[in-house]
Amino acid sequence: MRRVYLDNAATTMVRPEVVEAMLPYFSEFYGNPSSLHSYARDAYRGLDEARKTVAEALNCRSEEIIFTGGGSEGDNMVLRGIAHAYRKKGRHIITSAVEHHAVLHTLQAMEREGIAEVSYLPVDEYGLVTAGQVLEAIRPDTVLVSIMFANNEVGTIMPVEEIGAVCREKGVLFHTDAVQAVGHIPVDVQRMNIDLLTLAAHKFHGPKGVGALYVKKGVRLPAFIVGGGQERNKRAGTENVPGIVGLAKALSLQMEHMEENAQRMLCLRDKLIVGIKSSIPDVKLNGHPKLRLPNNVNYSIRFIEGESILLMLDLNGIAASSGSACTSGSLDPSHVLLSMGLTHEVAHGSLRLTMSEFTTEDEIDYVLEVLPPIIQRLRDMSPLYKKGEE
Amino acid sequence: MYTEKVLDHFQNPRNVGEIEDASGIGTVGNAKCGDIMQMSIKIGEGEVIEDVKFKTFGCGAAVATSSMATELIKGKTIDEAMRLTNSAVVEALEGLPPQKIHCSVLAEEAIKAAIEDYRKKKTK
Repeated sequence: MRRVYLDNAATTMVRPEVVEAMLPYFSEFYGNPSSLHSYARDAYRGLDEARKTVAEALNCRSEEIIFTGGGSEGDNMVLRGIAHAYRKKGRHIITSAVEHHAVLHTLQAMEREGIAEVSYLPVDEYGLVTAGQVLEAIRPDTVLVSIMFANNEVGTIMPVEEIGAVCREKGVLFHTDAVQAVGHIPVDVQRMNIDLLTLAAHKFHGPKGVGALYVKKGVRLPAFIVGGGQERNKRAGTENVPGIVGLAKALSLQMEHMEENAQRMLCLRDKLIVGIKSSIPDVKLNGHPKLRLPNNVNYSIRFIEGESILLMLDLNGIAASSGSACTSGSLDPSHVLLSMGLTHEVAHGSLRLTMSEFTTEDEIDYVLEVLPPIIQRLRDMSPLYKKGEE
Repeated sequence: MYTEKVLDHFQNPRNVGEIEDASGIGTVGNAKCGDIMQMSIKIGEGEVIEDVKFKTFGCGAAVATSSMATELIKGKTIDEAMRLTNSAVVEALEGLPPQKIHCSVLAEEAIKAAIEDYRKKKTK
């Protein structure tokens, strides 16, 4: 059966060139970078070059890059670390209602532990927070603002540069979870006044289980994992050298082709957006129509539930995702969609299709051919859908 | 993961629709939780369920449990149908993931609600 992968916001294929770059670091340059001998130096060189590549991509210095075990680890490390290091200043943290669970659940846990007081900024119908909202929420005891760069579900791109400027002016540290943005859209930590930034390799055709954190020079971040003092004493443990080399290789390839890839995906994205709207009645595009990741399409499809759409698509070889409760393992649908003002019923019927540069126009045509009859079939089965009335 | 049986009932649901001159209709669940099931039944001689149809808004398990439940009660008397349990539906589907058991409970409730509706109408 034909297979089409449109779940690239969940994870991406590792590029063959990336695998190629990683391989020697398993079997040839396998030394521990902290050791003294030539094996160690080979591994250290890979690590060092990777750090330079990441620093260049973000426009920072290589000593400001810490390699981590991924996006969730980076988020946890920043939120807990900053709250602890700056506890004398206060314990107020500002975030948005639509953050990834790696941020939201960590902050909720910190509230329960009594080590943070959190303001969750509401978003508008497109999932946006404004710099004005951040400014208004900042208090003398605010230690950190953590706002995602781009939303993983609906693809909305936040006004990061303006938020960064507000934080800089008020002397508050600014962290952004840029897991969905790095390698896809321009990110510049200096121009955007970012103090801390989290990224994960597997969102841009790198390997899983490895990420990086940008920590601006002078920001105090204590060790998250204590041990041998690796990663400038912030994250102990023998470095995942093959993973880190793969992260850097994937990122450099992304940076090289970012502009052209974004343009190509944008065309496919808009073809899909228009195609769904014109072939299926009673649908609503979720997220911002313009301030949007070039690879994200998210629709609410009324009268039906998301998991059944996913199952039907899967039976046709198409891999997609949904914000329905059934796919999240809880009773509530996506917190992102609910925060944007969607009703539970409409939020349950969401469908997310996320492309990569490997997505072809032919695949988009296939989705547009398969999706309308699937939706009609499920609607015919739904007690909420009344034929002929719409 | 779903069993073959669940996927079969999801892909080829039995008895989908609404009975126009139904003897009883039961609707349970709500859109907020993401599941609504509607069962309509046609009762004939000797209180036998001659026909049953369902409409479901919900996940794969919700569709499959509705479909299986209609098969299990078709041709049975309403007293027999009232004794249908959610675990019988789960068993007939050769299992459901733990977080989907509530779908089978809804299927049981939908059938009972349809029968109650029929009984209420009859005593009027």
